[in-house]
Amino acid sequence: MSSSVESLVGKEYKYGFVTDIESDIAPRGLNEDTIRLISAKKVEPQWLLDWRLKAYRGWLKMSEPHWSNVKYDPIDYQSIRYYAAPKTTKPLGSLDEVDPKLRETYEKLGIPLSEQKLLAGVAVDAIFDSVSVGTTYKAKLAEQGIIFCSFGEAVREHPDLVQKYLGSVVPLSDNFFAALNSAVFSDGSFVYVPKGVKCPLELSTYFRINAAGTGQFERTLIIADEGASVSYLEGCTAPKRDENQLHAAVVELIALEGATIKYSTVQNWYAGDERGVGGVFNFVTKRGKCVGANSKISWTQVETGSAITWKYPSVILQGDNSVGEFYSVAVVNGKQQADTGTKMIHLGKNTRSTIVSKGISAGEGQNSYRGLVKIMPKADRARNYTQCDSMLVGNRCGAHTFPYIDVQNSTAALEHEASTSKIGEDQIFYLKQRGLNTENAISMIVNGFCKEVFKELPMEFAVEAQKLLTVTLEGSVG
Amino acid sequence: MLEIKDLYASAGTKEILKGISLKVNPGEIHAIMGPNGSGKSTLAQVLAGHPAFEVTRGQVLFEGQNLLDLQPEERAQAGIFLAFQYPVELPGITNAYFLRAAYNEMRKARGQEEVDPMDFLDLLEEKLKVVDWGPEIMQRPVNAGFSGGEKKRNEILQLAVLEPKLAILDETDSGLDIDALRTVAEGVNRLRHPDKAFIIITHYQRLLNYIVPDYVHVLSSGRVVMSGGKDLALELEAKGYEWVDAQAEALAR
Ligand SMILES: Nc1ncnc2c1ncn2[C@@H]1O[C@H](COP(=O)(O)OP(=O)(O)OP(=O)(O)O)[C@@H](O)[C@H]1O
Ligand SMILES: [Mg+2]
Repeated sequence: MSSSVESLVGKEYKYGFVTDIESDIAPRGLNEDTIRLISAKKVEPQWLLDWRLKAYRGWLKMSEPHWSNVKYDPIDYQSIRYYAAPKTTKPLGSLDEVDPKLRETYEKLGIPLSEQKLLAGVAVDAIFDSVSVGTTYKAKLAEQGIIFCSFGEAVREHPDLVQKYLGSVVPLSDNFFAALNSAVFSDGSFVYVPKGVKCPLELSTYFRINAAGTGQFERTLIIADEGASVSYLEGCTAPKRDENQLHAAVVELIALEGATIKYSTVQNWYAGDERGVGGVFNFVTKRGKCVGANSKISWTQVETGSAITWKYPSVILQGDNSVGEFYSVAVVNGKQQADTGTKMIHLGKNTRSTIVSKGISAGEGQNSYRGLVKIMPKADRARNYTQCDSMLVGNRCGAHTFPYIDVQNSTAALEHEASTSKIGEDQIFYLKQRGLNTENAISMIVNGFCKEVFKELPMEFAVEAQKLLTVTLEGSVG
Repeated sequence: MLEIKDLYASAGTKEILKGISLKVNPGEIHAIMGPNGSGKSTLAQVLAGHPAFEVTRGQVLFEGQNLLDLQPEERAQAGIFLAFQYPVELPGITNAYFLRAAYNEMRKARGQEEVDPMDFLDLLEEKLKVVDWGPEIMQRPVNAGFSGGEKKRNEILQLAVLEPKLAILDETDSGLDIDALRTVAEGVNRLRHPDKAFIIITHYQRLLNYIVPDYVHVLSSGRVVMSGGKDLALELEAKGYEWVDAQAEALAR
């Protein structure tokens, strides 16, 4: 008998531990007082509080969007805690002062928070719930004028930079979740690379949602000044909980003339159990703006976790000759749903964009690619290449593609390639005949399928991403 | 080494193998011939453990152990190699990576240490000579975009690297040009060894001029209808399968 290429065994979530640290947490619910509390806790200037309140008032008039190809029960925004800070008495001077329990958590996650990592060329800014607890190599980076710190610190130390760029790519009123984030964001990362400086390290942030019932609303702002370049890595993990956790982050990237920003994400948040209970709702707004000519923004993402992923890292190609890239691997297994893709908005002349999306669906997972390529009237000779491949494991999962194209300039050249393949019994058998077991066989086939994306990841991350993929798909084929 | 006893196998409701018995000793080369659809590939796939086929009756012993109890990868690790009639393509996986992974699985199964990429490259250099190939091929994805002949040659390269005890070659000669045929045949002859056996499935006497078999079996409708020495292949070529059918009928009467 032809054995069906499928048998569903939920894989135990390896990172499902909860750290017991007294949290300084806000009461559940959201109103103007909550926002004032967050702002006060963070000792923010008046302009930022006003900005938050404006976002909040705008948000009240908006309604939750439902155009994506994902299904979930209504979110009760009044039952979420909007602020949770691990309790510390005074500001931290060095890494050694970080709460040992926190350090332990990072150890379990395998986060390279120790100074040794400098050898590996990684600087880490770890976000634990909402407050940034430790930033390594700040001094080293500061020598070159590079600012790499928590968002909160940036507000205190570099208010003019923050005020100038905050919301310049994702405006307050952009969308429901971005507006919510603007109102209540608690912390995140801030990067500024000055003119002509090539950041010598890969900058890395690990996010982790810990306290129960807290939404995580980080805010990340990365600015590469003229001729600067930086590569930023973001890794995400959350503990196992029965309730759904909302994650609504906003990431803004700004590349000035001749600047390059590479932003890589490996997202492995808790996906819920095999029945679809619990798991993170990952509703994120990520957008970059190639403000100056000859600038480049490149997104690479490997999405293996979360119950629902809903995100479209996008690039606004404003400067002439600017380049936007999006490389994505999204894997769904069990009852996971992902609706992800990108928007490439071509404004400048000779702007180029590349989209490579690899969707893998297993179990009862539903994977949608949604992409928009928009060529505005002044974008002469704009070019886009889109490649969108789906792989199905078993026959209870789904893959969907929604490519949208809006061309308003006749000199544009767009290329689109798409494919859907089923991981074949014959491929698996071939590898088994050569001595590999089923899991290794699938892992090899899937990693081969994702190769074009993995090669965009920094080496360290590529290895981690391959492992994650294997873990996510474990037990999906029998 | 290999003993097949009264083997019946089907795919879905279709019975394909209808009582096959065959014995292969170390050092021997057996050729299996027979018309299209007679069950040659099915026999090969059943021996390798393809999940599309169900064994409904019979037994297969490989070095004394019950082969049918083993997973396909366990059979491979035990020393059974199948050169596929239609090798699959594995996009994105380089030949080098794939071959090393397979080689290391075999080593692990034998309790040996894995080899690192550098040592493996040295080994490969040797093995590439068997198929008369340069090292460039190793950086290409497995079989993806290979010509029909290149795919077959790649099977022989894998055979050379993995050094199985029993190699089953399913129409490895089909689609090869004359030079490639000679290369492949020479490759196989180099791998001949008193401890190793081959089952060679082919339609053509041509291959058997190069690889001289000890025995030739003719399959028809899922049964071995004739067995003999290397001359049987010549006779078959001269007289065609009608002759086989007549003989089989005579036998059945
Ligand atoms: N998975 C399958 N499901 C149903 N029928 C199958 C399957 N595999 C093979 N068959 C059938 O079994 C019969 C034997 O096929 P097989 O591939 O073993 O023949 P063969 O002797 O190798 O032929 P050829 O010389 O053409 O390669 C054929 O009728 C074929 O259609
Ligand atoms: Mg065949």
